[in-house]
Amino acid sequence: MLQLTNIHKTFNQGTVNEKKALDGVNLKLDAGDFATIVGSNGAGKSTLFNAIAGGFYVEKGSILLDGEDITYRQDHQRARSIGYLFQDPMKGTAPNMTIEENLAIAYLRASTGNKNYFSRISKKDKEMFREKLALLDMDLENRMKNPVGLLSGGQRQALTLLMATIVTPKLLLLDEHTAALDPATAEKVIKLTKDVIAERNITCLMITHNMHQALELGNRTLMMDAGKIVFDVKGEERSQMTVTDLLDKFKQGAGEDLDNDRILLSM
Amino acid sequence: MFITTTIVQTALEVGLIYALVTLSLYLSFTILNVCDLSTDGCYTLGCAVAAMVTIAGHPILALFAAIIAGICSGFITAFLQTKMGIESILAGIIVNTGLYTINLVVMGVSSNVSIFGVDTVFTLVKGLSDNAFWQSWSKLILLLVIVLIACGLMYFFLNTKLGLSIRATGDNPSMVKSSSINTAFTITVGLCAANACTGLAGGLIAQYNKTSDINLGTGMVTIALASLVIGETIMGRKGSIVKGIIGVLVGSCLYRFIVALALRLNVPTEAFKLVSALIVAIAIAGPRLKEYAKLKKAMRGEE
Repeated sequence: MLQLTNIHKTFNQGTVNEKKALDGVNLKLDAGDFATIVGSNGAGKSTLFNAIAGGFYVEKGSILLDGEDITYRQDHQRARSIGYLFQDPMKGTAPNMTIEENLAIAYLRASTGNKNYFSRISKKDKEMFREKLALLDMDLENRMKNPVGLLSGGQRQALTLLMATIVTPKLLLLDEHTAALDPATAEKVIKLTKDVIAERNITCLMITHNMHQALELGNRTLMMDAGKIVFDVKGEERSQMTVTDLLDKFKQGAGEDLDNDRILLSM
Repeated sequence: MFITTTIVQTALEVGLIYALVTLSLYLSFTILNVCDLSTDGCYTLGCAVAAMVTIAGHPILALFAAIIAGICSGFITAFLQTKMGIESILAGIIVNTGLYTINLVVMGVSSNVSIFGVDTVFTLVKGLSDNAFWQSWSKLILLLVIVLIACGLMYFFLNTKLGLSIRATGDNPSMVKSSSINTAFTITVGLCAANACTGLAGGLIAQYNKTSDINLGTGMVTIALASLVIGETIMGRKGSIVKGIIGVLVGSCLYRFIVALALRLNVPTEAFKLVSALIVAIAIAGPRLKEYAKLKKAMRGEE
């Protein structure tokens, strides 16, 4: 489904602050793969997502999505088939617009061509939005005329998840999308995420700092360090792994301890 | 009498024409969150184009020509901003500067064009009836109809899916991009629509004043901003689209009343720009001043 070949990206090239953010990343995801990604800060996880989503063009290498070369496709074009959730719940929604309007914009992905530009939100769409919102079990279906800015972080993130998947994407990128939420809400959003991915068999990459999550969720775990994928595990080997094993693996891969408070605290 | 009917009438008439410019800034500044400083030049462009077409004998066509001229100007501003990577403020200033020459050329390399003695939309409408009431109020009624249609179209437009995308572009561009919408496109459409309003306002003022002057638009941005801010202060800063558009109308007319009052108080014409600037500053500072007053009260209450 997704194939990254020898991806390179360097920030501040030619200056003292030069940083190789992605240093020859190779990755092949099969359709329906759900891989979690761990790694310390600055390992290149978010940069990798940004490269896939088109936040910048890579310097070297190619990105194939569902057999299509999207290496030089613009970000908004890629967004048609890639859903992207950020850690910051504010990033994925327009705060001064209503829930209904936000969903309508996300749903524009479903339409092809320009013929839809001057239509308004139809009754049928509203009904569909209401049904989908009801599935979130957050009473949002009765607040469709409220501005999104009034929602809590958890509600906004659940809404963003709904928006990213309202038209089933080929690839879903989750960049620590529950890290800013309280534990109970985070669990709820994780459950919603798991359900929607399983239900529609979405190919997904998820960055997490929670080592348990990294092993429990999905069918594959990747570890990144210094712009490289240093560890990739799935199947039998993965199901046998414990958090301690994972940390050991990191030591082998990166040659140092995983010194990240957030990771250690979340163990 | 301190305030006569004529003063109110004139204030309303000019206020309605200015309302179109304010509506333009409402779309570009409030909704799209883009600082479009080409307004001054675009307003004059609409005025110049309409004046020339009116002289040629097509007063109604003149208004459409002014609208199209406005769209062209908006497109160039948007192009510089979205495709050439020029800061939005700078793009507006560049276009504004360039338009000065273009406006001169449109008016036949002259800084002033008079259209006295030719039919304008106002004389056409006035001629529809000999009724005394119609004779004195037809201008205002015509302007009211035009402005209400423009506001209605704007309201309808902002609730279409394209309009929603434009609103979201001002609210959260990254969300728009992740919904597979090109923000360069939404900004372009938004600026074209906004400048169409400005162009129309210019076209109307040309026929209203029966003249076009190269310096007509100077300070228009400030005036429109003042009106916008007055409207926002009255109708609430982050209200619905309906509230916003009503605010545009109320703000523009109120601004003209303040100016009319200043006139009655014999404030010299040279001081007008200063008065405008003061109104903007006070209107924007208003909410903050209210907060200070509240805070002061709370502090006294604590003691």
